[in-house]
Amino acid sequence: MLTAMLITMTDRGPDSAGIAIYGSQTPGKTKLTIQSDNPDEDFSGLDTALTQALGNPVSMSIKSTHAVLSIPSGTTTAVRAALISLSPRIRVMSSGDCLEIYKEVGLPKNVAQRFQVEQMSGSHGIGHTRMATESAVTTMGAHPFNTGDDQCLVHNGSLSNHNSLRRKLRREGMHIETENDTEVGAAYLTWRMQKGATLGEALESSLRDLDGFFTFVVGTKDGFGVVRDPIACKPAVMAETDQYVAFGSEYRALVDLPGIDNARVWEPEPATVYFWSHDTAPTTTEKAA
Amino acid sequence: MQTIDLQKTGLRETNATLHQQAKQTNQTAWEIENPKGAHAIACGLDAPIEVIVKGSTGYYCAGMNKQATVHIKGSAGPGVAENMMSGTVVIDGDASQYAGATGHGGTLIIKGNASSRCGISMKGIDIIVHGNIGHMSAFMAQSGNLVVCGNAGEALGDSLYEARLFVRGSVKSLGADCIEKEMRAEHLEILAELLKRGGCDASPEEFKRYGSARQLYNFKPDNAY
Repeated sequence: MLTAMLITMTDRGPDSAGIAIYGSQTPGKTKLTIQSDNPDEDFSGLDTALTQALGNPVSMSIKSTHAVLSIPSGTTTAVRAALISLSPRIRVMSSGDCLEIYKEVGLPKNVAQRFQVEQMSGSHGIGHTRMATESAVTTMGAHPFNTGDDQCLVHNGSLSNHNSLRRKLRREGMHIETENDTEVGAAYLTWRMQKGATLGEALESSLRDLDGFFTFVVGTKDGFGVVRDPIACKPAVMAETDQYVAFGSEYRALVDLPGIDNARVWEPEPATVYFWSHDTAPTTTEKAA
Repeated sequence: MQTIDLQKTGLRETNATLHQQAKQTNQTAWEIENPKGAHAIACGLDAPIEVIVKGSTGYYCAGMNKQATVHIKGSAGPGVAENMMSGTVVIDGDASQYAGATGHGGTLIIKGNASSRCGISMKGIDIIVHGNIGHMSAFMAQSGNLVVCGNAGEALGDSLYEARLFVRGSVKSLGADCIEKEMRAEHLEILAELLKRGGCDASPEEFKRYGSARQLYNFKPDNAY
């Protein structure tokens, strides 16, 4: 379904595509999704090398230019450090117990095919098709962006204060790789949460601190959130049934979802943070929202 | 009744078929099936025909409409009935941003809610909304009527010219140069006709009227630097 939605949205963003998928969780393990432009070279023997470097078993599953490393919980920082010394060309796309992020340049159809998105399964997922306006068409400029363990961000719009905010966040020690505005938005949320804010609080303050146009969708381990800037010229449509909650930039993306004719279809209000969670008991994040 | 399956016929052919209907056409009733949120459905019509769209539409449905009646049996995406000249557009569900923008004439009836910028720069169209409208509605509206049976969002009627705004519920805030005005007998009469035309179950006396304070019309040397 996510693949079909992405392909339908190709004419909104044909240059790159990406998906964040919240898949199964293995107790005691966490996942690191990595990317390389030279996967044959960089991924060859990487699991063995990491196992040796860490003294703990690391397994790897390769999908085209991406690979998912299954590592012992609590070793993410050590693995990141080991990756830098073993193969500095490798880039980390996401970390988390469930989250995997796959993104590349190209038509959404081709990107989905490359990663065999149709065969993936999970509790929820977010797809994005990009039409670049603020920075280069590159893998790292594609969405989703990882904002923290099991958290990701996709963005429609453009931020106008991303240069000054990037400088500020870099001074605060945040790692920002590209000239992309959304990466700054993602780093902003990560930074706020590192300072103790919940995701809901970070999104609330983004309405004040980010200048520009945005409809954000954020993924969390057990659900996802939506927020639009106060002007809300970037579109957003929700569909809700007893079975699912779905988001699209426009209704066309949702038309083939099961039971759509009887779904509650509506637009999120401007400057309002929304969350949907699989858990019935709200987490701190949901309470804050 | 002529029926077109949009998914089979395609948008261009569907619209071309509707455009071919002459003013004296006998084929006055059309039904479009499977709209599936497609853009620009029934755009640029110019004949007294009735088109029923059986589902929700994407951007710019019934844009630039003249004479025709377009009835959307679902919700409409951004820019529905944009720049309408005459005729009628009815939406059973909600309308997205800038519904009826720059409309010169005709009637737009929204049975659900309209989102932001409803009737922006309207120039003579009558827009009747059964539910609520979003922020910045009727921005720079020049003439015509906007009737809202529910509530209005922030900055209603900012930089308004001579459009009449009637709101039954609350107004979150008024935009620059928009003020509440006295509801006189002539306005009640106009509103009664609009409510009837829109099929609204509401009494004109329940509404408030808003209009331009006319303070932004002329250049004021005092405001110059």
